[in-house]
Amino acid sequence: MKRGISFTQAFFTLLMRDLKIAVRHRGDIFNPLLFFIIVVTLFPLGIGSEAKILSRIAPGVIWVAALLASMLSLERLFKADFNDGSLEQMLLSPQPLQLLVLAKVLAHWLLTGLPLIIIAPLLAVLLHMEESAYPALIETLLLGTPILSLLGAIGVALTVGLRKGGVLLSLLILPLYIPVLIFATGAIEFAASSQPYDGQLAIIAALLVGSLVLAPFAIGASLRVSTN
Amino acid sequence: MWKWLHPYAEPQRAYRLAGKFIPWLSILAILMLLTGTTWGMVFSPTDYQQGDSYRIIFVHVPAASMSMSAYIGMAIAAFIGLVWQIKLADWMAASIAPIGAVITFIALVTGSTWGKPMWGTWWVWDARLTSELVLLFLYLGVISLYASFEDKVLAARAAGILSIVGVINIPIIKYSVDWWNSLHQGSIKMTGKTAMPPDMLVPLVINILGFGVMIGALSLIRFRSEILARNGMRPWVRELALAEGAK
Repeated sequence: MKRGISFTQAFFTLLMRDLKIAVRHRGDIFNPLLFFIIVVTLFPLGIGSEAKILSRIAPGVIWVAALLASMLSLERLFKADFNDGSLEQMLLSPQPLQLLVLAKVLAHWLLTGLPLIIIAPLLAVLLHMEESAYPALIETLLLGTPILSLLGAIGVALTVGLRKGGVLLSLLILPLYIPVLIFATGAIEFAASSQPYDGQLAIIAALLVGSLVLAPFAIGASLRVSTN
Repeated sequence: MWKWLHPYAEPQRAYRLAGKFIPWLSILAILMLLTGTTWGMVFSPTDYQQGDSYRIIFVHVPAASMSMSAYIGMAIAAFIGLVWQIKLADWMAASIAPIGAVITFIALVTGSTWGKPMWGTWWVWDARLTSELVLLFLYLGVISLYASFEDKVLAARAAGILSIVGVINIPIIKYSVDWWNSLHQGSIKMTGKTAMPPDMLVPLVINILGFGVMIGALSLIRFRSEILARNGMRPWVRELALAEGAK
């Protein structure tokens, strides 16, 4: 059977398409980022600006804010495509759905995860984080935010056909995010007290590999349910 | 080989069969829970460290272990429903979910009432407690996802995918006390030097099994009403409703 274009071509075509669309709607990139910054700024105002307390809570605050920002931006992953019917065309295309889904998730991570990682050290400075914890912060975010995108995509794929999916989405996804949060903040805290943290990093990496392999299948199956 | 099973995939047959099982399972569950609880509460020896407050174990451990088993049962039913498109399995999964959620809640509440005198705190954020709380959230997620679709065929599939994804949490709960340094004590040892004495172990095991049978009976009751709700337009349900109404 002639497939028209190869898997690699299909993957990059879809990736470039999603990136192009996002660049044309810049708000989609900047709004989650602004949300991330504002949430982190709220904590010193609410808790008090004592450097000692702030440096203690910095890993948790940054990670929770990253989690929420990633969750808020998930909505646009499939919604527009679902509304204008291009999602259905993707389901009908001869390329495997898992591959296409992976391209979309990668695009989502490049647009929302990566900017977050770039801005995170700046916020860590504002929160007086220990200097020894910076590499750990970047490493956990690099390994962890793709997991957030992958797991989140399952939830979005399940709720994309619903009108009031927003609140439900958080109920579905946040429990799945908890392991990532625990190990990431654990690693940063270990790093802050100059202890080895490779163990936690290895577990996050394992979570990433596992979800990279399995999540596309769950996302694909959920999309087939939602577009029925 | 599976031919004899085939007729039971029909909702009407399944409804009748479930109806036959419910009284037996209910009686068995009541007997087991009465025996296990009375034995545990009254006749089992007092613990030399914890005194009498250890006796909550006879509710806590069965609820906690059955909360996980119920989840696995739900996920298996959901898997069967997804793969072989058997609607009855979907309905079974949907009927287990709320029961599992309540059992999980019981495990959490009894656990924290036990924690207060023993650990001096209602709650600690350690691995066992947190992962059990996540289990409760997963149950609630499955329930609300199932409730938010108008089309229940789609609802069952969506909730099924979520419950299968959530199975990853079960080994985490089970082995959390071995993998992490937890305030929660390790698993109860059935054999060996530090094994539980039979006077405590036997009523505990009876109660664990009793909880299992109780969950089975309650699920079947919900399963029957789920069948009726999904088949409301079928003639046999109407006849049944008329016959019940005439009484």
